[in-house]
Amino acid sequence: MTTGFRVGQTFQKVLVEDLKRTRLVQYAGASGDFNPLHTDEVHARDVAAFPGVFAHGMLTMAMSGTLVSDVVGIANVRRFGGRFLAQVWPGQTLTAHLEVTEVEQHVRGGTRVEFVLSTRNEHGDEVFRGTATAVLERGRSA
Amino acid sequence: MFRDREAALAEGLPEIAAPLTFVQASAHVDSEYPLRPRPGEPWFGSGRDPGEAHPALTRTLHAEQHFEYHRPLVVGDILTWQVIPGRSWAKQGRRGGELVFTDFVVEFRDADGKLVITSRSVSVETSTSPRSS
Repeated sequence: MTTGFRVGQTFQKVLVEDLKRTRLVQYAGASGDFNPLHTDEVHARDVAAFPGVFAHGMLTMAMSGTLVSDVVGIANVRRFGGRFLAQVWPGQTLTAHLEVTEVEQHVRGGTRVEFVLSTRNEHGDEVFRGTATAVLERGRSA
Repeated sequence: MFRDREAALAEGLPEIAAPLTFVQASAHVDSEYPLRPRPGEPWFGSGRDPGEAHPALTRTLHAEQHFEYHRPLVVGDILTWQVIPGRSWAKQGRRGGELVFTDFVVEFRDADGKLVITSRSVSVETSTSPRSS
C-alpha cells in the first residue's frame, strides 16, 4: 500500500502472462458465469463465429482491480469501474497501468485520490479502461 | 490480501476483505441466472453438436461495469440484493449494425439492510454476431 499520492504518479502490474484456457474455466467456476463463449471452444467458434473462446470481461476487471487494491489498500477503495474495450484471448499477456489524476486533501476526514486505469495486451491494445476513487483516512496518508 | 487475517486486521479491517469484483459471484445463488446449465433443462453449449445460438445471450457482451463501495465487504457478511432496471439506448456500431445498450443497477445490502456495494452494469447486444478483429 502506498501513501502520499501525487498527481501523475503511476503504478504498473503484469496481471497475467500467456493466459491459459484453464484460467477461463476457473473464472467461470468462481464467478458462476458459464457462458460457453468463454469455455466452449467448439461453440464459440462454430456457433458464435468468434475465433475461439475469450476471457470474461470480469476476469480482466478482477485482475485489474488487484492493482487498485494493492496500491491504495482494499478498505480505502470507494469506486472502481470501467469499460471493456476489446476481447482478451488465450495466450495474451495483460499489464495494468494506474495513474493518479487528482488528490484532494482534507475531504470527509481524509484524502481523496482519483485514478485512471488502463489494461493493455502485449500488442499495446487497450482492453479495459476505468477509473477508481480512494479515500485515505487522515493519519494513514502523508 | 485475501487469505491473511492478521494482515487484514493490521489494515484496520474487521475481517479479510473480499476482492473488489466479488459480488459478481452472486450469479451462483441467483435462481434465474441464465448462464448456468441446470439438470433437466436444455443448454445451448456444445455436446454431440456445437450447440445453438441463444436468442439473446450469444450476441450480448458485457460493455461496462461500475462498483461503488459504501464499506468494505468482509468475511462473514451476508448480502441480499435488489435489481433496479435501467434504460436501453441504441448506437451505430463501428462495423455497421445497431448496438443496443442496456443498463441496470444492483444494490447489495448487509444483514442490517445497509448498503454495502452498488453495482451498475451495461450490456450490449449486437445485431449480428460480433466477429472480432
